[in-house]
Amino acid sequence: MRDVAIVAFAQSPSVRSDTQRNEVEILMPVVAEVREASGIPKGEFDFICSGSSDYLAGQSFAFVAGLDAVGAWPPVSESHVEMDGAWALYEAWVKIQMGYADSALVYGFSKCSLGDLPEVMAMQLDPYYQTPLWPDAVSMAALQARQCLETGAVTAEQMADAVVRSRANAKSNPNAQLSGDVDREKLLAEPTFVSPLHKHDCSPISDGAAAMVLVAGEKARQHCERPAWITGFAHIMEPMDLGVRPLTESRSTAEAARRAGVDAAKLDVAELHGPFSHQEILLEQAIGIGSSTDVNPSGGALAANPMMAAGLIRLGEAAARIHDGSAATALGHATSGPCLQQNLVCAMEGR
Amino acid sequence: MAELCGVVGIGQTEHRAARTDVSMAGLLREAAERALEDAQLTWKDIDAVVIGKAPDLFEGVMMPELFLAEALGGAMKPMLRVHTAGSVGGSTGIVAASLVQAGIHDRVLCVAWEKQSESNAMWALTISMPFSVAVVAGAGGYFAPLIRGYIRRSGAPDDTGIRVALKDRLNALKNPYAHLQIPDVTFEQIEQSPMLWDPIRYLETCPSSDGACAMVLSSERLAEQAPTRPAWVHATAMRSEPTMFAGRDQVIPRASLDNAKALYEKAGITNPRQQIDVAEIYVPFSWFEPMWMEGMLFAPTNEGWKMTYEGATAMDGDMPINPSGGVLSSNPIGASGLLRFAEAAMQVRGQAGEHQVDGARKALGHAYGGGSQYYSTWIVGSDKP
Amino acid sequence: MADEKGPVEIVQTPVELDYTYTAGQAATRFLKGVEQGKFLGQRCPVDGLVYVASRGSSPKHGVPTGPDTVEVSDKGTLISFSIVRIPSANLSVEPPFAAISVLLDGADSHLMHVLDECPLEEVRMGMRVEAVWLPKDQWTASMQNVTHFRPTGEPDAPFDSYKDHL
Repeated sequence: MRDVAIVAFAQSPSVRSDTQRNEVEILMPVVAEVREASGIPKGEFDFICSGSSDYLAGQSFAFVAGLDAVGAWPPVSESHVEMDGAWALYEAWVKIQMGYADSALVYGFSKCSLGDLPEVMAMQLDPYYQTPLWPDAVSMAALQARQCLETGAVTAEQMADAVVRSRANAKSNPNAQLSGDVDREKLLAEPTFVSPLHKHDCSPISDGAAAMVLVAGEKARQHCERPAWITGFAHIMEPMDLGVRPLTESRSTAEAARRAGVDAAKLDVAELHGPFSHQEILLEQAIGIGSSTDVNPSGGALAANPMMAAGLIRLGEAAARIHDGSAATALGHATSGPCLQQNLVCAMEGR
Repeated sequence: MAELCGVVGIGQTEHRAARTDVSMAGLLREAAERALEDAQLTWKDIDAVVIGKAPDLFEGVMMPELFLAEALGGAMKPMLRVHTAGSVGGSTGIVAASLVQAGIHDRVLCVAWEKQSESNAMWALTISMPFSVAVVAGAGGYFAPLIRGYIRRSGAPDDTGIRVALKDRLNALKNPYAHLQIPDVTFEQIEQSPMLWDPIRYLETCPSSDGACAMVLSSERLAEQAPTRPAWVHATAMRSEPTMFAGRDQVIPRASLDNAKALYEKAGITNPRQQIDVAEIYVPFSWFEPMWMEGMLFAPTNEGWKMTYEGATAMDGDMPINPSGGVLSSNPIGASGLLRFAEAAMQVRGQAGEHQVDGARKALGHAYGGGSQYYSTWIVGSDKP
Repeated sequence: MADEKGPVEIVQTPVELDYTYTAGQAATRFLKGVEQGKFLGQRCPVDGLVYVASRGSSPKHGVPTGPDTVEVSDKGTLISFSIVRIPSANLSVEPPFAAISVLLDGADSHLMHVLDECPLEEVRMGMRVEAVWLPKDQWTASMQNVTHFRPTGEPDAPFDSYKDHL
């Protein structure tokens, strides 16, 4: 395996609804920032890869506009996944591993505000059996949360604590949407939104974008003082149907972490993509994260969740802790599909 | 640095306007199981699955690989979903190959598909934004002005497109999987078919198909043990450029030329017309054959039409193009690119049956998409690179 | 199992999703011009080329166009076209009609519209055309203000003048 490092990361502020800017206009400054930070000018990336979703954009070929934002001229070697940008990063990493590229620009973006998001997400389900019933995304997560609470896999207090932690950590994250000092007891006393979930157990609906730069080998040090070297990278899919997989644990996260060679005991920082508070706990359990690891110093998805970028942001936030020297080892995680169906783990270290 | 990768299994479905006999999962499994059978492997032998298809609105399912994961043996395995517009089938093959070439997996299944009958693709392609005037009717409406530009620039005779259509429709009669089979099709029949988007006639247009294509790609060590001779991947290339900018050449875009140059350089090819035995090129409207003859550097600028006219692109010509009948005969959009890649591999494995080009040892697969702005290509050979 | 009625072949699931699209800053500038009966182009700050209508960026350079605008003519050259003869649910006009690419005088990028007031067999590349606007009291910030383009009757533009825009 080639040594590959994340050398730069940038993101837009996540906002509930950016009614001023279209996707291209949100993405352009983020791409410019990451190019500037890496010192790699436009036109000198060996590979470009992005993640986005047509259903979030409400039109076919939404990703094509991304080429306008990166200025894909002269023509670029480029690809796109209809997935979170974290998987675009994976594809770029593979391209570098095979020796077809030494550097890559990766980005993800969405405007989740354009449609009725929980309803749009029902389009993700089995079109013959499930979508005709229109189960929305929050209700699906609520089914999982109920199982977690009833079986004792997760407690209501743990869920509230995850929200307290997220809001508190997000105070130092200028790009977060929700932040502040909240109290466990007050959260627990709030009325439920979709039982047993409270509104605060659900990630906000966000518009936003993120971009990242990968560089292979010692050259990475020319682009970043303290590169975040990728030590393991893996992702795993589970069946979608909620009836055929255990919902009170995340087997795919555990397996991805195992394949990525994660040693949970030595993790300084973990950025976990849990769009619902109980899912953060399930992810911690799957990876085996203990009290010595700083979980979601950015606030995580509960503080901002621009889908298709939110997973990439987790990896970027983890890398940023290596870049600034506050962590020696870090893990970034991304999820996709209902109730943590598909999970990706990227382990990194500074050295 | 890249590891060698071989195609060891190929499968495709019968392509039809509406495959109401199968669900989406059933359609994909039909192709995937045929690919596994060809490779004499089972689902358990697959390390990772790569799925490709064009816009989700074509079937009305957001990220459908999620609900298809189980049916494709993807449970507890890595799965990737590629989407690069019309070139996606090719890109899917390239991403799958790269997982092997990077040394990450030994055996990867890739499946690309479209089941257009489950939604309305024409509508999905042209949802009108409130800020613009809707005057583009599907892909034909978009590409017709570009074709007119090509005719004007090259001075190609008006019937070039008809000749391409006739050749591909006759080739399709030799391919049992082809969707459109028009026995005894004639030049006059195509010429007299209705004009849909001037200058594109009905019989110069691809159909709208349900269909899937699958391939099993394997590392060198395992490919050498395959029951059938593998097709070795010699080179892959992808290039993209923006849809529209001031002064953009939309007829033969630079991304096409750059992609061709990069591909040939990696494959060690200096004279593509001589060194490549057969090519499967993405031709959704007949006129794109002469255009891509130039775009893939088989012909000098403004002379691509001469290859068609002189019969060079026929089965018995010096540069056979689309012996399978091509996209003009079957167009399950997301799968169409992978079908080009797979048909190229079938040729160098000697598996193409009635549409086999004699002695084909090196073949090219090509796909393009968007506003002629996304390109993915590969070259495969009977011999290791 | 298929009974005497045969297998279930189709499950119909009507889907209705409402989206509120964002025009964006560049399109807002353009549409505000259209509201005043003008086509406003925006320059690429790198190469100075004028985009009408800008979608936010200069796609070659990945930088925002504007914020300054430059008014271009509502006359231009028809650089390519197609006669659309088949219907499609989304279309704003009834086929057959001429869908055209117009390079407005003063612009470097072209836009698509409909040509009318011209027999279909006379539509040709190089034709000089002009926008036909709705009555002023019906103007909104929308491309619907321009109902169609029509021939101006001027002599055709030479091929060389627009060949680099095909």
